[in-house]
Amino acid sequence: MENKDTKTSLFKLSRRDFVRLGAIGTSGLLLGVPIACSGEKHEMLLGKADAILAPNLFVSLSGTGEVTIFAHRSEMGTGIRTSLPLIIADEMEADWNKVKLVQAQGDAKYGDQNTDGSYSVRMFYQPMRIAGATIKTLLLQAAAEEWMVDVSECKAENHEVIHSSGKKFGFGYLAERASKLPIPEAANLMLKSPEDFKFITKKTSIYDLEDIVTGKAVYGLDVNIPEAKIAVIKRNPEAGAGIIDFDSKDALNIEGVSKIYQMEAGGFPLEFDKPVGGIVIIAKNTWTAIKARDAVKVNWKKGVNSNYSTNDFLAEMSQTAQKKGKAKRTQGNINEALKNADKIVKSDYLVPHFAHSPMETPCAVAHYKSDGSCEVWGPVQSPQWVRGAIAGALELPEEKVTVNVTLIGSAFGRKSKPDFMVEAALISKEINGPVKLLWTREDDIQHDFYHSICAQHLEIGIDQSNKVNSWLHRSIFPPIGGTTSVSEKEASIGELCMGVLDMPYEIENISCETNEAKTQIRIGWVRSVANINHGFAIGSILDEVAITRGVDPIENALELLGSDRNIDFDSLVDGFSNYNEKVEEFPCNTSRLRKVIETVKEKSNWGKTMPKGQGMGFAAHRSFLSYVACVVEVEVNDKKEIKIPMVHYVVDCGTAVNPDRIKAQFEGGASFGASLALKSEITVKNGAVEQENFNNYLVARITDAPYNTEVHIIESDEKPTGVGEPPIPPFIPALCNAIFQATGQRIRQLPIKLV
Amino acid sequence: MAIFQLDINNQKMEVDCAPDMPLLWCLRDELVMTGTKYGCGKALCGACTVHVDGEPVRSCSLPISSIENKKITTIEGVGMKTLHPVQKAWIEADVPQCGFCQSGQIMSAIALLNKTPNPTDDEIDAAMSGNICRCGTYVRIRKAIKSVAKNNL
Ligand code: FES
Ligand code: FES
Repeated sequence: MENKDTKTSLFKLSRRDFVRLGAIGTSGLLLGVPIACSGEKHEMLLGKADAILAPNLFVSLSGTGEVTIFAHRSEMGTGIRTSLPLIIADEMEADWNKVKLVQAQGDAKYGDQNTDGSYSVRMFYQPMRIAGATIKTLLLQAAAEEWMVDVSECKAENHEVIHSSGKKFGFGYLAERASKLPIPEAANLMLKSPEDFKFITKKTSIYDLEDIVTGKAVYGLDVNIPEAKIAVIKRNPEAGAGIIDFDSKDALNIEGVSKIYQMEAGGFPLEFDKPVGGIVIIAKNTWTAIKARDAVKVNWKKGVNSNYSTNDFLAEMSQTAQKKGKAKRTQGNINEALKNADKIVKSDYLVPHFAHSPMETPCAVAHYKSDGSCEVWGPVQSPQWVRGAIAGALELPEEKVTVNVTLIGSAFGRKSKPDFMVEAALISKEINGPVKLLWTREDDIQHDFYHSICAQHLEIGIDQSNKVNSWLHRSIFPPIGGTTSVSEKEASIGELCMGVLDMPYEIENISCETNEAKTQIRIGWVRSVANINHGFAIGSILDEVAITRGVDPIENALELLGSDRNIDFDSLVDGFSNYNEKVEEFPCNTSRLRKVIETVKEKSNWGKTMPKGQGMGFAAHRSFLSYVACVVEVEVNDKKEIKIPMVHYVVDCGTAVNPDRIKAQFEGGASFGASLALKSEITVKNGAVEQENFNNYLVARITDAPYNTEVHIIESDEKPTGVGEPPIPPFIPALCNAIFQATGQRIRQLPIKLV
Repeated sequence: MAIFQLDINNQKMEVDCAPDMPLLWCLRDELVMTGTKYGCGKALCGACTVHVDGEPVRSCSLPISSIENKKITTIEGVGMKTLHPVQKAWIEADVPQCGFCQSGQIMSAIALLNKTPNPTDDEIDAAMSGNICRCGTYVRIRKAIKSVAKNNL
């Protein structure tokens, strides 16, 4: 899921990587590239004609002291557009009020831009620090030369360089002189020590805050291209299936409709970056296009998945889960151990498909121009993929495709796929002019890349001395890979390393298994991916184990964690996938997991007496290299209505770059988890999704979401790790365990239905 | 097609469009006022909330022919010179994540606070439950509304 063949190491600038800032002319300024790239010429200006110091692609400084920072990752609500630039600003000692952000276009020169998988800060923390330290070092050097003093007598502070005598220069004044200096080697840079951080680990509000509350922020369809037509597409209810024929006579009679034509459907399996296709309706405004779409009559073809019905499929997968599967992690002898166990806790867990349903539906603006170039604007998580996909679809060289990234009205993984952008580009070429493509909410809910439906079977053995001695976990679900390839028939190791194979508990006999399950609809990654299912099952069964053993659930988890250690997963699992990081660099450290569990126990006042109808539940889960423990308090009334008055989270995500945004991710994560646990479900019948809009694809509203969410961040100097996705996996089982305490009902299927 | 006279944010405007066109698309497509968002088109999510004569309504489901001679206020019309207290409270509490739902949330909150300067939790629930936030900023929305209420006391 992560395209990371680019490396983030800084490399020495070679002559041909330098380009001049055209507007500056004679200043002799060179612009380098801090992140590994292809070495071709980068002619893009820094966006500021008056920038005179630009030692790398990410930051420049003008003579008036204005700093421009390129935000190269996509902003979908995590605050990343703010959090990476503030790292540069901190290292360079800039005044945040003098920083202007420019959103970078999709271009391989920036290195990885795929904003997905909760790794932006993890991957770019160090490069951003180096980018900032580079420019600071140049400014210090310039000041020292001007004063003819040793550079060690100078320091940078709040947009100035200050000499030990007290004299100072503003950054802007030094820019010109600094631009003539050689760029320092990354290895020679001094990075700040954590106690000197001004922004990192402190709170910084998001850059776009005021634009958002005044309605000025620009999302996908807010891009104003005069003369743009509007397009909507009528799609086969069965993803990928084609069209027999269609009748557009009535629709064409509607005033303002200019064209109706067929865009080939992609078949199945399909490509993430190919259009879904259907009947394209072009009109002068959205309302007309929507009305005309209703008036088009289509005879749809049946496709290869027209027998797909989730009810039957879930039953079939449950059957599969009862049988011995293909073991992907084995320790000890599970059969023997279970045979000899004193007690076995056995349970099955079912999870439906979910839709991302981002608040802003997929949408795109495209302009194919007469010179054979194509410019697009849209809410995309992966602009380079969009660029390549459009170049491929239109048969253009990549240089002819410009991808502008707007703010993203949330995504949760949906907008990492370029399909909707490619559709818009193809339409623009077809009509020879600019177009805005809207996916209506119905399109979004019926043609998503869904979270994978899943059945799990677990058996946990307890021996005569009341110790847990065996762990059998079977997880059956159609793989994401099956969306694009028939040869992907079972969950991949990467997907199983989201909870199943990286299970951290110290148990003697372990078997983690999977088996075949056919992908029959578009499946993709939804916020925390397979961790949703596995966190739910593991967090839930541990509660059952604790109760069976007569041990407090938190004590149970702490005991099972065993000795403090880094787990050597590489030797336990063939092809272990550690969120694309080396296990040595980001080990699974049980003492860090222990710490978040112990802390949540204390912070939540765990074990306090709850009134009748209320309960507290606990779960912990490591995902995206972060450690999270969660306690949920729940209230269930006589009508079986569920309220969540309080959620306690403790997270260890290494260095907490922007703590308020981390807290926001957890508050929002609890709400997202509440949607999945209590409300949402995609069902498919005869190949077609049965839900269509928020009337039957339900999501958490203010009345369903937790009333309060307390987030405690463990202080740490470790490398930063993910925060966008890790809130989800422990929340759902903690909620279910709380419901058990409140009502005595065990939840083994999502969404929760109380009886 | 027909000509409609509209009063939006205290400005007289004229649009030429189909009578059944919802105000949302009139604002976005015809008047290029894009602060009001599309989220569902079926009065289910609140992203398109505007005020009609002070009442919060879902503009995606409001035909243009029904609002002539009524006063429309959109997110662009609140806090034109200085920020509205609700907008300030939103900034103070760092409410937005992606921000896409927030125009609608703010319009609903302003309407609530105009009528009920000191809403209870139940009143907040009733007024705000039509507004979905997929990022889940609900805790801070409630907090921001309460902070405005406190200043109203
Ligand atoms: S767009 Fe109007 S309520 Fe959703
Ligand atoms: S802030 Fe993203 S949907 Fe509300």
